Amino acid sequence: MLRKTGVALAMLATIASSVVLLILAPWWALPLFVVLLAAWMILTRTGRQTWSVTEVGLATIPQRLGSSSVVVVGIAGVVGVLVALLAMAVGFEATLKETGTDDTVIMLRAGSQTELNSVLSHETAQLLAQEPQVLRDAHGEPVAAPELVVVASLPKKSSGLDANVELRGVGEQAWPLHPNVKISAGRRFSPGLRELIAGKGAREQFKGLDLGSTLRLNGQQWTVVGAFEAGDAHDSEMWGDAGVVGPTYRRGSSTTTVVARLTDPGAFEALKANIASDPRLQVDVKTTREYYRAQSEQLTRLLKILGTVVGTIMAVGAIFGALNTMYAAVAARAREIATLRAIGFRGAPVVISVLLETMLLALAGGVIGAAVAWVLFDNYTASTLGANFSQVVFNFKVSPGLLWSGLKWALAIGFIGGLFPAVRAARIPVTAGLREL
Amino acid sequence: MKYLHLVWAALLRRKTRTLFTLLSVLAAFLLFGLLDSVHSAFTAGSRDVAGVDRLVTVSKVSFTLSLPKSLYERIVAVPGVREVSYANWFGGIYQDPKNFFPSEAVAPNFLSLYPEWAMPESQRKAFRETRTGAVVGASLAHQFGWKIGDKIPLKATIFPQKDGSNDWTFDLVGIYHATDPRLVSDENLFFFNWDYFDEARQFGNGNIGWYITKVSDPKEADRVAQRIDALSFDSDHETKTQSEQAFNVAFVSQFADIGLIVGAIMGAVFFTLILLTGNTMAQAVRERIPELAVLKTIGFSNHSVLALVLAEAVALLLIGAAVGLLLAGAVVTAVRLKLGTAVPMDPVGRDIWLQGLGLAVLVGLVVGALPALRGMRLRIVDALAGR
Repeated sequence: MLRKTGVALAMLATIASSVVLLILAPWWALPLFVVLLAAWMILTRTGRQTWSVTEVGLATIPQRLGSSSVVVVGIAGVVGVLVALLAMAVGFEATLKETGTDDTVIMLRAGSQTELNSVLSHETAQLLAQEPQVLRDAHGEPVAAPELVVVASLPKKSSGLDANVELRGVGEQAWPLHPNVKISAGRRFSPGLRELIAGKGAREQFKGLDLGSTLRLNGQQWTVVGAFEAGDAHDSEMWGDAGVVGPTYRRGSSTTTVVARLTDPGAFEALKANIASDPRLQVDVKTTREYYRAQSEQLTRLLKILGTVVGTIMAVGAIFGALNTMYAAVAARAREIATLRAIGFRGAPVVISVLLETMLLALAGGVIGAAVAWVLFDNYTASTLGANFSQVVFNFKVSPGLLWSGLKWALAIGFIGGLFPAVRAARIPVTAGLREL
Repeated sequence: MKYLHLVWAALLRRKTRTLFTLLSVLAAFLLFGLLDSVHSAFTAGSRDVAGVDRLVTVSKVSFTLSLPKSLYERIVAVPGVREVSYANWFGGIYQDPKNFFPSEAVAPNFLSLYPEWAMPESQRKAFRETRTGAVVGASLAHQFGWKIGDKIPLKATIFPQKDGSNDWTFDLVGIYHATDPRLVSDENLFFFNWDYFDEARQFGNGNIGWYITKVSDPKEADRVAQRIDALSFDSDHETKTQSEQAFNVAFVSQFADIGLIVGAIMGAVFFTLILLTGNTMAQAVRERIPELAVLKTIGFSNHSVLALVLAEAVALLLIGAAVGLLLAGAVVTAVRLKLGTAVPMDPVGRDIWLQGLGLAVLVGLVVGALPALRGMRLRIVDALAGR
């Protein structure tokens, strides 16, 4: 009884410590481990014994293809779903992170949190542009521009249902302030005209944004004259002249935000203090990096939690599947294992070989799962409702880091699913094993 | 039914294997229950349990753009309209932006358009008569421990008061309950009086966010919607009127194609599950071939053997599914108690149970089919001889 408890405790401790080690392991730990294992198998007697037992195990896999594939497919499923969900989180985070920089700031009405909620009067916008920490261009003009973010409802290509697309009214200074934004087809909108340019993501997601097409906003015809690519969240937007967008949306001369470039990133604190101490201004100022990072925070966290919870539950299912398979495999080989023990093989080679076999199957599953997730979902375009109540288009990103963590999950599942059957294999009394049919 | 003990004995033949398989099935259905609960919470508004006779009128450009209040009288006069109400998005924050719940300023008659939300008449009266009164859903009140008479401070994100302050304080005068358990996700709304809102806010006065129209005859709804949109055609505030369901479907689809994500995950899970339980069943039948042959020898027909094996597979799936769904129900209840409406999850109700058990039977039949056929086609002589 005491011995049984001892074994159980030892196994739990082994599992816990191995899983922790595995979670912390960097990618190069895997090749290193393989090399060490190979060296051990070649150089020591126990190692050579282990290799010969493993060889027999691997050679018999084709005979039990059905039950071995349970391990592989089960683990492939876990890894595939996990990697896909996390790739969504990574892709969304990356899109918003790349939108902001440390040397541009966004100024919003105090308490408004997002551009869409913010309103700044013309006078406030003027005052903000004149702050001394705002960079001046060659002509001595501040590199600062009021922007007006509004929303238009357009049908989506995928569902035909109306969804919101962001329409950003900008001025001449927008081009130096957003150097990422590049015209890829057509031309820039002309100031004073009802013309729009549409971002790459917006054009992919919404109907009717092709070059030359027109759309009706509040009884007025607008023409799409250009297409742009920014490689960040602005790709989900349409841009037009702020002076024309304002009246269409009955916003008069008010704007939603002022975006400005700082003389240098260190000037941020001074600007913040300046604005806070000016009684005429009730304005929040953030670097654009901070502003966009905060927008991605909630959804990214939600997706990471979702991925981990779904992955964990699936992993539990896969562990029991692996246990079933490996117990059956050990039972089928009971006689052979007992024979090996009878002719002098120790317990360790048996334990390690069963464990190795399971982990190889798990690794195969992990590789398949990660590969499927990568083929299906890397750069897969999706969109969701962003902070401005409008669609943010982003691409799934299956990064090498994600693939590695998928493989780590696979190995952990294989380890847990293989350990118990492995220990069972080594503990079957030789006499009982030999009598087994 | 009289062979139930045979099915039972077959399942208990290898207890460890049955237990491990059951636990895998349990994990799959736990996931099914949880994901379906989230899916169902997201699609709540699109279900046809309520709102078939209500239309939503928003600005055609985007529902974030407001409409003039003057439209109210004109919509009331449209033939086929029974009652009109209106509301405005407020977007207040309670203590922390993470505590998100929708807050709206509504007209005095707004709640009477929603008979599926039950509230005592005295509280309805108090809401009409208290200028700074607010009404919240029961789940929301529970989440923050609010009681009638509490003062609730909200921070405005869009609408400051006239003096520029973002601080608004409301008096809680009513708590409503959803009469249909399927609508329980509606219980996270915060309403207050539009008149107070319009008087106190700094800008936007006289404009409203959206109109809700109750039509006399739901069959006429489309025609009424067209008449309402005709009122503002070619003006600078064109409207788009659609059924509340259609509006909700479009709104939810903006978050993400939740159905697609849930469907893809469940596809992967059930594909794995079929393989896993299929393997168990194949093993179980392979081991028992001599026993099945004995059954046939003592007079069991081919079809009884087929039925026995199928019953075994279905029983395995049903037990696992039932325990998994029970567990999912417990988890959802715990999450709702702890996090309130922050995580959109519907209770695991009748619909989820029916779907889950139906799926269990289906998977059971699929995985049992091949082994059962094998058992049925067994030739007694060969099987007993171990060939």
